[in-house]
Amino acid sequence: MTTEHNARVLDAKIPDGPIQEKWDKYRFDTKLVNPSNRRKYDIIVVGTGLAGAGAAATLGEQGYNVKAFTYNDSSRRAHSIGAQGGINAAKNYPNDNDSIFRLFYDTVKGGDYRSREANVYRLAQVSNEIIDQTVAQGAPYAREYGGLLDNRSFGGAQVSRTFYARGQTGQQLLLTAYQALARQVAAGTVELFTRTEMLDVVVKDGRAVGIVTRDLITGEIGSHSAHAVVLATGGYSNVYFLSTNAMNCNGTAIWRAYRKGALFASPSFTQIHPTCIPVGDEFQSKLVLMSESLRNDGRIWVPKEAGDDRPPNDIPEEGRDYYLERMYPAFGNLVPRDVASRAAMRMVQSGHGVGPLKNGVYLDFADAIGRLGRKTIEDRYGNLFEMYERITDENPYEVPMRIYPAPHYTMGGLWVDYNLETTIPGLFAAGEANFSDHGANRLGASALMQGLADGYFVLPATISSYLANWLNVPPVPTDDPEFVEAEQELKDRIDKFLSINGTHTVDYFHRKLGKVMIDECGMSRSREGLEKALEQIAEIKRDFWSDLRVLGTAESLNQSLERAGRVADFLELGELMVRDALDREESCGGHFRVEHVTDEGEAKRDDENFAFVSAWEWTGEDSPPIRHKEPLEFEYVPLSQRSYK
Amino acid sequence: MDVTLRVWRQPDSASEGGFATYEAKGVSEDASFFEMLDMVNERLNDSGEEPIAFDSDCREGICGTCGVMIDGHPHGPQRGTATCQLHMRKFKDGDTIVIEPWRAEAFRVVRDLVVDRSPFDKIIQAGGYISVNVGAAQDANETLIPRPAAEASMDAAACIGCAACVAACPNGAANLFTAAKIAHLGLLPQGQPERYLRTVAMVETMEDYFGSCRNYGECETACPKSISIDVIAWMNRDYVAAQWKNFRKQGQQV
Ligand SMILES: Cc1cc2nc3c(=O)[nH]c(=O)nc-3n(C[C@H](O)[C@H](O)[C@H](O)COP(=O)(O)OP(=O)(O)OC[C@H]3O[C@@H](n4cnc5c(N)ncnc54)[C@H](O)[C@@H]3O)c2cc1C
Ligand code: FES
Repeated sequence: MTTEHNARVLDAKIPDGPIQEKWDKYRFDTKLVNPSNRRKYDIIVVGTGLAGAGAAATLGEQGYNVKAFTYNDSSRRAHSIGAQGGINAAKNYPNDNDSIFRLFYDTVKGGDYRSREANVYRLAQVSNEIIDQTVAQGAPYAREYGGLLDNRSFGGAQVSRTFYARGQTGQQLLLTAYQALARQVAAGTVELFTRTEMLDVVVKDGRAVGIVTRDLITGEIGSHSAHAVVLATGGYSNVYFLSTNAMNCNGTAIWRAYRKGALFASPSFTQIHPTCIPVGDEFQSKLVLMSESLRNDGRIWVPKEAGDDRPPNDIPEEGRDYYLERMYPAFGNLVPRDVASRAAMRMVQSGHGVGPLKNGVYLDFADAIGRLGRKTIEDRYGNLFEMYERITDENPYEVPMRIYPAPHYTMGGLWVDYNLETTIPGLFAAGEANFSDHGANRLGASALMQGLADGYFVLPATISSYLANWLNVPPVPTDDPEFVEAEQELKDRIDKFLSINGTHTVDYFHRKLGKVMIDECGMSRSREGLEKALEQIAEIKRDFWSDLRVLGTAESLNQSLERAGRVADFLELGELMVRDALDREESCGGHFRVEHVTDEGEAKRDDENFAFVSAWEWTGEDSPPIRHKEPLEFEYVPLSQRSYK
Repeated sequence: MDVTLRVWRQPDSASEGGFATYEAKGVSEDASFFEMLDMVNERLNDSGEEPIAFDSDCREGICGTCGVMIDGHPHGPQRGTATCQLHMRKFKDGDTIVIEPWRAEAFRVVRDLVVDRSPFDKIIQAGGYISVNVGAAQDANETLIPRPAAEASMDAAACIGCAACVAACPNGAANLFTAAKIAHLGLLPQGQPERYLRTVAMVETMEDYFGSCRNYGECETACPKSISIDVIAWMNRDYVAAQWKNFRKQGQQV
């Protein structure tokens, strides 16, 4: 299916030298824009989550003219706000042998050796500065009585390196970025466009020159031009319909960029998070995460006997299987997410599932409450327990929680080089929107780290290498034919949605797509299932374009119309995910192909043939995409079969 | 369960609005309030009527995007709960539920249940931050923060900016929102240098848009994060102190 002869080998532009020195060397060698010239540059930042708000605020502080866009009604509401558990950094405050190198090492290993060493090392290096910066900005992290910062542990690590603010770490970090952005808006360096959705990237002479947007309240289509465009638009887990992501998260921005020539890396690398509340009924609109931090104190188990219907508290110790502790004694309940999720899936599939729909496993705090007292558990997880009870009507202090894996995070995204630049010059991608530093599986508490690393530290340092080439060249005017044409295409597309006048809502199609994706391209994948999925998606897509019904007009707030555009793109993105999953004949991290397993049933990588990043190129509506490669070299973290035993 | 909805419908800011009645039949008790509305919308769309516009995003009570008046209560009958966290088991079979947008001078209705809360952002832009450029920070553990101060700051920082406080207030005041941010930053050592300048700038911007506080206390009851009105007393005290110009010069209280 891949047209091998057209495939290119990509150059990630990794600086030379020992890994510890690359970032410093890069910053010394890179082209700069001097402070008095910065105001001559316009930069567009789409997205105001951690990565986008961080980048927009920092670029504003540096003196550039920034235009920032979000579809939310305020930049304080980006999906980042929902992150609960914490953010990693290599501070080694607890004195447990942590270091930048160890954080780097754990992240490469946790990602099952499918990420780029140089980027991950840089991420670990700036992690410490993120904690310094956010504390200075007023993030109220948890503290010890002596006034020092407190840490907890997360999956995939044997040290305590996670900083947190109760169960609301994402909220507190996003608020610091939001406030930094507000300060720049007041200073006039950033112009902020809320309730404005970017719907296309404009490319002229091979470089990104601006975007096309729709004002979500008036429906007005507009164009914005700039010297460079940054996409920090988050992940695409909502391709599964049910996920832990906020309702409006979508893949449109990066999908539109892909269709304009940016390569899309590792689309099938998605993370199914082990600890979410199981699906309740058919009208369910989203899934709720119970932070991974709960695995610090909670013990996961199922009844030993399949089909055991007794209430959990009536099942004696000897009737319980603490399967993670049994199978992975070294890491126990703190194995990485992909490992924990698959284990839960196998338990449910083998008939050991619990709850009314038999679709969960227990996460039990009885031991921890016995050992530490209810008060301590309440201090640590009070708000999560409350959230659980609100949703399920069950009290987790008394009855074990029921949990099950749910789509949560996408490691895939736009391919970027060391500069965070996509394959379209002038178009950058940051945060969850790029294919990032997490390889085939992300460790807990490292998305917040990556979002702020990209936004605060990396992108503001790398973007000047591109900008320096365009000093005193004005941005392309928005009446240029490229803008006019992009606007017209968008208007035609909107008219199309409104004129199909079929019989089904957007959600109807989205749910159908989500079902195919979770069944065939979720926690476990097979050639047969993926091939079937390609046909099913094609069918849903056909029906969507002939039987969709979107009421209302284009010139007003029209939420069905907004969703129609996003689901149309998800249908195409879903197909690419399936192609990627088919193409990668190995198992690694979250990508688990049933044909490729070790004797113990774990993911079996094929380093000889697949130690590369797949980066897909759009070739048109009716022709298959081309898969290019970025070979991965592991100089510092020797390739080995991951073992958490 | 079956419920009857009386929902505010308004095509846009310029047009008149009014109530429409819809029957929501066969709703699961375990459904969330918004899942019930999703279902109603799906049926409306099928029958050719435009769905009800309402805002929601995280559906976990943290982003502050959602918020409607339910039977006259911001976010509905359950205390400490955002609309998106409300479940139908809090209602009874046969209930009639009245759903309206936030009503406040400062907030324009955009469509149906959606309002424009941008004046909140204006208050933050006036000074709701600590001025520290990226790259300029010292080691995080150099600032010791007494745990009670960190906890109290976090209590205030938990505000989700949903504006239920304004909707609940007979005067449409935004004191709880503004004071929560002033307390969040003012309780921390890092927030001291700008403490008085921040307070004055934020309070005065707030007054440009919102009504004045008469200590009704409705805001605290409505707040989905149960933020205490004690923060308003803290804000008022700092605002008065800030009038004494030496405090502003010093930048902090000694
Ligand atoms: C429930 C939950 C809990 C989590 N907990 C943790 C945790 O404890 N630790 C951790 O490290 N990570 C956690 N994560 C992951 C982490 O929160 C995200 O990966 C991260 O916040 C993404 O940040 P971002 O800036 O890349 O994107 P987002 O925060 O998703 O921001 C995207 C922005 O782009 C805008 N946008 C998107 N498309 C468009 C468009 N077309 N036009 C205009 N604007 C657009 C949106 O409005 C938004 O402002 C969690 C995730 C979830 C779902
Ligand atoms: S939708 Fe986020 S708080 Fe309700």
